[in-house]
Amino acid sequence: MYRYIIKRLLLVIPTLVGAAALVFLLMRLIPGDICVVRLGSGGGTFDERAVQACHAQLGLDRPIFLQFVDFVWGFFRGDFGISMWSGKPVLYEIAARFPVSLEIAIMAVVIANLIAIPLGTISALKQNSPIDLAIRVFSIAGLATPSFWLGILFILAILDFSQAAFGSPWMPPIDYVPIWQDPLRNLSMVIFPALTVGYRTSAVTMRMTRSAMLEVLREDYIRTARAKGLVEHIIINRHALKNALLPVVTLMGIEAAFLIGGLVVTEQVFNLNGIGRLFVQSVQNQDYTMTQALVMLVVAAFVLTNTVVDLVYAWLDPRIRYG
Amino acid sequence: MHIRAGLMAAALAAAVASTVPATADNPKSGGTLTYMIPADAPPSLDGRRETTFATVHSAAPFYSVLVRVDPNNPASTTDFVCDLCTAMPQPTDDGKTYTFKIRDHVKFHDGSPLAAADVAASWNAIIHPPEGVTSARESYFVMLDKVEAPDPATVVFRLKFATNAFLPALADPFAWIYKKEILDKDPHWYEKNILGSGPFRFAGLETGQSIKGARNPDYYVEGLPYLDGFTAIYADKQAVRVDAIRADRGAMEFRGLPPSSRDQLVKELGDKIVVQESDWNCVNLVTPNHKKKPFDDARVRRALTLAVDNWHGAPALAKIANVRTVGGIVFPGSPLAATKEELQTIAGFWPDIEKSRTEAKRLLKEAGAEGLKFELMNRNVDQPYKYVATWLIDEWSKVGLQVTQRVLPTGPFFEGLRNGTFDVTVDFNCQAVVNPLLDVGKFLPRSVYTENYGNYDDQKEIDLYQSLLHETDAAKQRALMREFEKYVLDTEAHMFMTPWWYRIIPYRSYVKGWKISPSHYLNQDLATIWLDK
Amino acid sequence: MTIVAPNSRAISAIIDDAPEIRRSILLRAWIFCRRQPLGTFGMLIVVITAIAGLSAEWIAPYNPTANDFAAMTEAPSWAHWLGTDQFGRDQLSRIIFGARTALIVGFSCAIVASVAGMVLGVGSAYFGGRLDLYLQGVLDVVMAFPLIIMALAVVSIFGTGVHNVIVAITIPLIPRCARVLRASALAIREVPYIDAARACGFGHNRIILRHMVPNVMAPFLIMLTAFVGQAILAEASLSYLGLGVQEPVPAWGLMLQGGAEEYASTAPWIAIFPGLAIALTVFGFSLFGDALRDALDPKLRDR
Repeated sequence: MYRYIIKRLLLVIPTLVGAAALVFLLMRLIPGDICVVRLGSGGGTFDERAVQACHAQLGLDRPIFLQFVDFVWGFFRGDFGISMWSGKPVLYEIAARFPVSLEIAIMAVVIANLIAIPLGTISALKQNSPIDLAIRVFSIAGLATPSFWLGILFILAILDFSQAAFGSPWMPPIDYVPIWQDPLRNLSMVIFPALTVGYRTSAVTMRMTRSAMLEVLREDYIRTARAKGLVEHIIINRHALKNALLPVVTLMGIEAAFLIGGLVVTEQVFNLNGIGRLFVQSVQNQDYTMTQALVMLVVAAFVLTNTVVDLVYAWLDPRIRYG
Repeated sequence: MHIRAGLMAAALAAAVASTVPATADNPKSGGTLTYMIPADAPPSLDGRRETTFATVHSAAPFYSVLVRVDPNNPASTTDFVCDLCTAMPQPTDDGKTYTFKIRDHVKFHDGSPLAAADVAASWNAIIHPPEGVTSARESYFVMLDKVEAPDPATVVFRLKFATNAFLPALADPFAWIYKKEILDKDPHWYEKNILGSGPFRFAGLETGQSIKGARNPDYYVEGLPYLDGFTAIYADKQAVRVDAIRADRGAMEFRGLPPSSRDQLVKELGDKIVVQESDWNCVNLVTPNHKKKPFDDARVRRALTLAVDNWHGAPALAKIANVRTVGGIVFPGSPLAATKEELQTIAGFWPDIEKSRTEAKRLLKEAGAEGLKFELMNRNVDQPYKYVATWLIDEWSKVGLQVTQRVLPTGPFFEGLRNGTFDVTVDFNCQAVVNPLLDVGKFLPRSVYTENYGNYDDQKEIDLYQSLLHETDAAKQRALMREFEKYVLDTEAHMFMTPWWYRIIPYRSYVKGWKISPSHYLNQDLATIWLDK
Repeated sequence: MTIVAPNSRAISAIIDDAPEIRRSILLRAWIFCRRQPLGTFGMLIVVITAIAGLSAEWIAPYNPTANDFAAMTEAPSWAHWLGTDQFGRDQLSRIIFGARTALIVGFSCAIVASVAGMVLGVGSAYFGGRLDLYLQGVLDVVMAFPLIIMALAVVSIFGTGVHNVIVAITIPLIPRCARVLRASALAIREVPYIDAARACGFGHNRIILRHMVPNVMAPFLIMLTAFVGQAILAEASLSYLGLGVQEPVPAWGLMLQGGAEEYASTAPWIAIFPGLAIALTVFGFSLFGDALRDALDPKLRDR
């Protein structure tokens, strides 16, 4: 078992290097040149010499292998380099946008769990009743609806509703202020994207809670507790819920990583200056350093989470042996 | 604000009041203008390096230029006025020398005075950038030899040859005047920092989010700017900008919104919205790849342009896209542009579309390209690229051509253009100041103009252009332009036109003092804007 | 209990031919419908979508790519049941043809991804050891890799078009399936009869195909149905970002891009109907998948 843990942890490093190679290669396979995009997208004329000067300044005229080594070595040192688009350090650009995405992600997860766990429990307790059906429809709708479409409809609804109710249309602010500076303005901006992203996460958690609860409720010890005459809500809260929540908790870890995908489109819809939007921009601008840094961060987070989850599974379920 | 000749300097205050545009109210001071920039973030705020409007919209309020398009009459293509100079000079020395006098009492935002040396240094950095520094518009100024500052109040521009393409080029909205001392010490300083002499001082930048400016109390024009400050928010998504104007989260944006947004805002906000519209100095072109058969055959290229009904297509497109005016290679508002009668003699503009299409089919048959199938490369931008392309494909189907569209994101699109990996492509020509003589350079072969993607060579065309550029008599120049136009669009059909873009700016009616121009790069220093609230 | 000497034929007789209650297919379907009203509803949606996709040419009233500049952004009416978009194209026809694109993308991605996932997941679990370790590492990387880069790379290098979108979407789905099936396969692998089979000298192929695969069938089918929905949603997101199918191919995700947002206030039907189509279709597949899982999972049956 311990040998497995060591091997798994050691595997993280070549995994990251492999991911680095993959993103490095893919970005350079995409046709396009950031210098040309920078100079040419205005539509006017620009000089070939300007393009060469730009290449030299960004280090794009160096041999490919050197660029790769620089990148990987920099990653392990924590030095992600300079953004090719803006000329500012990559970490500076990411740090400027990180709070927005983090706040939305946290709010989305909190909202999701506040909705999902009670609803999932009720759904399991009243299996196949109309309430169960309604909750299941609600949760599947959350999985089925494209989140950006939901966002578009949301904004539309807010504008039309406020126009009808107050005479003049209201929309959340389009520039971000940190929560300690102006909590009301901050929350009014963040709540809607958080709801949009959170709805989808809550759907997954709701279904998992329901199925986990259903399994637990069939266990013998619950039957015994009922036979003993314990009050129902004590059975649920003290015995059932705790055991049911185990797979749910591990699921939350994985779902948090999937949130990033939802963030990417939601930030576009709500004009939020977050990591998701930065990511889309840097891919479209072919800003190699920024894209590589962002992908590496995402991959690293994901790989570490999965490693931890794998180890937790192995520890929990003694049936699973790894070779 | 523009300044008339030195004699009127004494009546400056009166001049300012009398030339405030439109509403005849008295301008009120104060307030902060919040507007939106339709981009995610500009690569940098250095006017020499960048060509994107996002840089201008972000940083123009912080800087001064030497001369510019008249902010009171920005639609004029021949009216240039002074910003830092005192009077527009007449060229001497057979049109090869321009001598400007610089205003005094101009200060940079750090308090130091601005002198002719700063102007000369900034311009020399544009036309002859030092090693390692990028100047995107170096090739605009082929006619310029050098810039000198013989004394602290005089700047002299020496040209290699006389041409009336010089003044419009000089009015380049990116030609911000930087401080010589800083340029000497660190030529890259301005890539990451801002220090100018414009109506607003830099007050903060949140990367990807917003940029702010505060009133410059030492601005050299008395009484300006009216605003206390401005906040520019980066908002790439059009729906967000329209909703923001609707909900008054921002007063306006300075690029242009499509007709549907204008209609929507007008319907919903009534008199709280004002709309200004103008022809735009941008156009989409169609460029066949002359290296790909059968587009090396001029008959096939002519057929492509003859098939398209510009006259009826333009009004229909104008309802959904940012296009409107049918025009030739010259911007429709310019004196060098073709009249309707002159246009109608050129292929693609014939008044009788049936006749035109019949001719197109005949040409295709003759060239053995009937029922030709090809791919149209396009850029992944809605307005108006994709709308124009969808319309073109429809038009071409009417002469039996089967066209599919290949839409690419910006990077791969440019790569495709430069490497010639396309059959036919949607191309574009977007210039800041209306300068027809330089703007039509786009149609010249790549050996002369690097942004031409047609992959052809044509010495006759180059010769025609050279005589056009050097001609100083207005009537003769116009005749030469007509000849050039017919050669490019009809005889050889190297590239052809689609309707010119149309700029629509709806904005909240409390914003006053801004006039639309044919270019989204112009008139962006916000000095004359005031808020009526 | 007497100890019987291991006889391979006898053991395979026990393992392979476990007795089963045989019911007629129709009766089982009827029981399924009665027990799972939601699942039936879901199946209905799937069937309708499939019919729409297969017979699009016959049932669509207009040509989905024909521009009609005289009829731009028209509200739903008798001439155009779901209205027209900004080019005057009939929405109903585009949605019907879009069903075809959605199903092609959905099924292709789902089938390829789940089969590949099964091969990788079961193989990885069965063989274990270093193969398992390295494969998990590679799958981790691919799974963590953001869909948008993969999509942009595939689209930029190989061009847009349905087949390239399918490739772009399938690649990130494979490791997800592999992971889930690997977990199920791992649990089975330790069950004694697998060891017994190995002891009898059965080949790898036989054990995997006849013993492990049938036992991961349930999660396999569930992943398959789940993937169809996810693939359709992924295509919608990619098209929204401009990286999916391109004009003028009718595809629901594409219909939601650009024009839909631009006209959201003045012509809401352009944005509402394609989104509704996506949501309903994925909804249907999810309900169907749910019902399938409930039917296949013995622990949740018979209550």
